[in-house]
Amino acid sequence: MDRKDIILEIKNVKKSFGSFNVINNVSLSVSSGETIVILGKSGTGKSVILKCIIGLLEPDEGTIEVFGKNLFDLKPEELKLFRKKLGFLFQSGALYDSMTVRENLIFPVERHLEMKDMNFDEKTEEVLTSVGLLDAIDKMPSELSGGMKKRVGLARTLMLEPEIILYDEPTTGLDPATSKEISELIIDMQKKYKVTSLIVTHDIACAKLVANRIVILNDGVFYKEGTYEELSASDDDFIKGFFQY
Amino acid sequence: MKTFKVKLPASMREGFLTISGIVIFGARYFKEVYKPPYELKELLKQLFEIGYKSLSLIAVTGFVIGITLTLQSIPSMQKFGAVSLVPSMIALAIILEIGPVISALIFAGKIGSSIGAELGSMKVSEQIDAMEISGTNPFNHLAVTRITATTLMLPVLVIFSNAIAIIGGFIAFSLVNDVSFKLYLQDSFSSIKFDDLIPSVIKTGVFGFAIGVIGCYEGFNASRGTESVGVAANTAVVISSLAVIIIDMINVQLMSILF
Repeated sequence: MDRKDIILEIKNVKKSFGSFNVINNVSLSVSSGETIVILGKSGTGKSVILKCIIGLLEPDEGTIEVFGKNLFDLKPEELKLFRKKLGFLFQSGALYDSMTVRENLIFPVERHLEMKDMNFDEKTEEVLTSVGLLDAIDKMPSELSGGMKKRVGLARTLMLEPEIILYDEPTTGLDPATSKEISELIIDMQKKYKVTSLIVTHDIACAKLVANRIVILNDGVFYKEGTYEELSASDDDFIKGFFQY
Repeated sequence: MKTFKVKLPASMREGFLTISGIVIFGARYFKEVYKPPYELKELLKQLFEIGYKSLSLIAVTGFVIGITLTLQSIPSMQKFGAVSLVPSMIALAIILEIGPVISALIFAGKIGSSIGAELGSMKVSEQIDAMEISGTNPFNHLAVTRITATTLMLPVLVIFSNAIAIIGGFIAFSLVNDVSFKLYLQDSFSSIKFDDLIPSVIKTGVFGFAIGVIGCYEGFNASRGTESVGVAANTAVVISSLAVIIIDMINVQLMSILF
């Protein structure tokens, strides 16, 4: 891996909640254009890693550098601009209940003065078309299914034209067919918008479809990393547990 | 030197932590309220949601208070041959004490719980986190607007409720006494000075502020899980109602010194 291609670097990150150590000395480098899947059992701290990267949680130790800058050295205004480059797809979609799909999508871009020249309606229609939900533009989140909410969540993320998208369990709670659609959508976004993706999941089918590289998390440390083919051929009992489905 | 450690019961510790949390949250409002961007669109929406939508409930409450208070006072005043004093007594009681306190308690039940539940639900479903990473200050957008709206709207609602209560008082009074509305109003306001209205309006503003702060605090501090949404709504009502009564008690002492 060429160092100049690295756009996200996690170094020796530790995070505890009270006496419970969730993340123990985790390090990871992500290159531009890569799609990395962090695989692990539920409750092993996968989402905590993503929330540390986006700055919602501050690590107890270690550094997180995005585009060569330590996230936690930034001033609030710099952080706001910086977060624009990082999209985050929440597990539940996290759509604002009181707003229509259109308002949900416009809300983040309205907050960024540097994007005031954007044609909001045109952009909204473009990203909704990308996720196949243009028909839902004036619907309320309560009228959408789980899969549709995740698609709209992804569309909202794309409105800010991020360079990195962090996906928190994008297929959890969805039926296999919808999970496959979401996985294919992630690949489409990768091709269309050339984004770098970091995906947290325990859905091996999704990992197989989208990942260039898979990192397995166990007990708060990265246990093993490799391609799908390398890891699925592993003799390690813990790793085999993920791939025998 | 000997030091003594006093271990407080868990419920008391939790109570102190909640009170200190609410005070810090309220202080943060004054820090953030002047900071741009000013969320005027959201503020107008909250003024409408909080003010207009509480109007009917507050009006009914005021009307019932006016009728009940008058009907209960007439027999007692008749014993002393002072029925003619009923309009001014009712007006004084409603404007200075009963109107603001009862309206604030009703407001705490409707708006305090609604803010606690709405923000609690947003916290649990990660909408507040989503707002933060999209470049919006959630405290500014959600808390400052709601607290400002409750602080501004409760005095307006109380003035409206008091007016309805006086009309209710007139209806009840006219059932047993032949009196015109004009004369009733003249009698009602005969012993009220403009200075009497100021403490009452200030008090309701403080009630509104406390209800807004407590509702937002409970919502923002809802723990993960759907159960916590109900807890946030319930706790917001309980603490707001208690706060209204305590603020009223302090206000009585303070205003007697100042006015």
